Amino acid sequence: MNNRLKTLFAAKQKGLLSVYFTAGFPALNDTEEIILELERNGVDLIEVGMPFSDPLADGPTIQASSAVALKNGMTITKLFEQLQHIRQKTQVPLVLMGYLNPVMQYGMERFGRKASEIGIDGVILPDLPLHQYVEEYKELFERYNLSKIFLITPQTPEQRIREIDSQSNGFIYMVSSASTTGKTVGLGEQSQAYFRRVANMQLQNPGVIGFGIHDKESFASACNHASGAIIGSAFVKALQQEGSLQKNIQSFIQSIRN
Amino acid sequence: MSYHVNEKGFYGKFGGAYVPEMLYPNVEELRQHYLRIMQEPGFQAELQVLLKDYVGRPSPLYFAPRLSAKYNTKVYLKREDLNHTGAHKINNTIGQVLLAKRLGKKRIIAETGAGQHGVATATVCALMGLECIVYMGEVDIERQAPNVARMKMLGAQVVPATSGSKTLKDATNEAIRDWINNPEDTYYIIGSVVGPHPYPDMVARFQAVISEEIRAQLLEKEGTELPNYVVACVGGGSNAAGAFYHYLDEPTVQLIAVEAAGKGVDSGESAATSILGKDGIIHGSRTLLMQTADGQVTEPYSISAGLDYPGVGPLHAHLFESKRARFMNATDDEALQAVLELTRLEGIIPALESAHALAVLERLQAAPDDIVVINLSGRGDKDLSTYLKHFHFDEQ
Repeated sequence: MNNRLKTLFAAKQKGLLSVYFTAGFPALNDTEEIILELERNGVDLIEVGMPFSDPLADGPTIQASSAVALKNGMTITKLFEQLQHIRQKTQVPLVLMGYLNPVMQYGMERFGRKASEIGIDGVILPDLPLHQYVEEYKELFERYNLSKIFLITPQTPEQRIREIDSQSNGFIYMVSSASTTGKTVGLGEQSQAYFRRVANMQLQNPGVIGFGIHDKESFASACNHASGAIIGSAFVKALQQEGSLQKNIQSFIQSIRN
Repeated sequence: MSYHVNEKGFYGKFGGAYVPEMLYPNVEELRQHYLRIMQEPGFQAELQVLLKDYVGRPSPLYFAPRLSAKYNTKVYLKREDLNHTGAHKINNTIGQVLLAKRLGKKRIIAETGAGQHGVATATVCALMGLECIVYMGEVDIERQAPNVARMKMLGAQVVPATSGSKTLKDATNEAIRDWINNPEDTYYIIGSVVGPHPYPDMVARFQAVISEEIRAQLLEKEGTELPNYVVACVGGGSNAAGAFYHYLDEPTVQLIAVEAAGKGVDSGESAATSILGKDGIIHGSRTLLMQTADGQVTEPYSISAGLDYPGVGPLHAHLFESKRARFMNATDDEALQAVLELTRLEGIIPALESAHALAVLERLQAAPDDIVVINLSGRGDKDLSTYLKHFHFDEQ
């Protein structure tokens, strides 16, 4: 089973940096350059956002990047075209993240097959509920060797965390606090207690913390409690700065890691 | 064929609870408790007193003589427009606010299109002394100004939704995001039979009082509980769900759902979801949805803010696919014509939404002995500025 996520988490248990960006933003054809530049700067895992018109779990930054990406003409078909030969250029683990409806219209079987052909390692669909996944799609994801990554939150009961852990593979996406994406209130005591609680559960999947991770401090703080952390909105904002993609990505990643 | 929700939250293939994990605990809490709470004698007693003394139920079932003469059939109007706050929406908000209190919630959020649900929510929050935040599309805030004023007067905070088409869909997105950010103390009162399970079923049950009363009232007036037709407009579909509910398993009763065709079904500016939509996911529910081939939700259009929604409740999607209900539609112009007709024939100024149901009377081709019940879901006060402008009364 050649899944780059498994290899990554086996090799590295601490300080993993995962970055999210919205495919098709800032420009339609930036996808490959952003991926390669992130890898060059030492990012361990990349989440490629598939834009949706009504991103319920997202705050204003990703709402806006999604709207621009759609206006630029991004679709799942287009994204797969852009990623067709990506595995000739990089072996960085790639996870697709988006909402269920566009994937459903594309066709789940076709989506799984195509993602697998390209060399995608995992998929995050926040509005595909666990039991629906298990009943309808788990077999398909396993057949195509795609990790299905689920979210948990501070409100998720222990029993459900265990269930999610047993049904998923790759990693568990720990939403840092009750919020949509892009809030930068910091990781308070409530979040810290939740991270410790989950760490003590000794889950089979590694945990990666996301939502609200936006700078060096919040990244380091999240990394104390999990295998790594995910930065989304703050990176999407960085892509909008003046200057080249290359320069923006380099200086943003440096600001997190150094 | 069952037209009721199954234990997994589906009507046929439609429904379910497609929510991100952040909403799971709240939706699950509701799913586990709603039926039990709704069946508690104490809850029912409190609800029934409020429906009677506060809302003013039962609402009359009015035989409309001049409308009947014009269309050569027996037309009854179920007068939900006479409820406190002017529409059927309060049947649901009273029920849900009592439920929210029993779940120990302190902060109420809601979405609104025409503002009727927002007003009904603000009203029950004032009554119960609860904080109330209503999300409303920026476009709707402009076209339904009287309801915005009423909500503010009632102490609610009206938050404009500025994304997308700036209408009901976007207000719903913002309300859901609020709930994600405030999962502990907040209760989301959804205004229609949309959203994740158990909302569509819960809202339908609170609105079912409409058809429960129609049956009793019709028995008294016509010696039968069963009309030939029940007609209601459908945006999300809460008034239709209420008017249809106790007739779902009565095959002789034709259920007519009327959607907003906007400027015409093929004009590109329409909200006729049953024709323009296909199977998809919106606001946590699998249903018929207006969308592009790539699965992006498209912007609907209707002159009526309450029907300006790209989806339809999963119950209605099921009624459509199973052909239990017949779906018709009315354009902006046909609805406006029906407003004037009802006003001049019966002295009742209907809401723009309800006028869509009235607008299909002619096409229904009911027989002289047929009984047609039209759910007059709301009154037209909120639409007066649109009416004045359209009929040029403001120039006279």
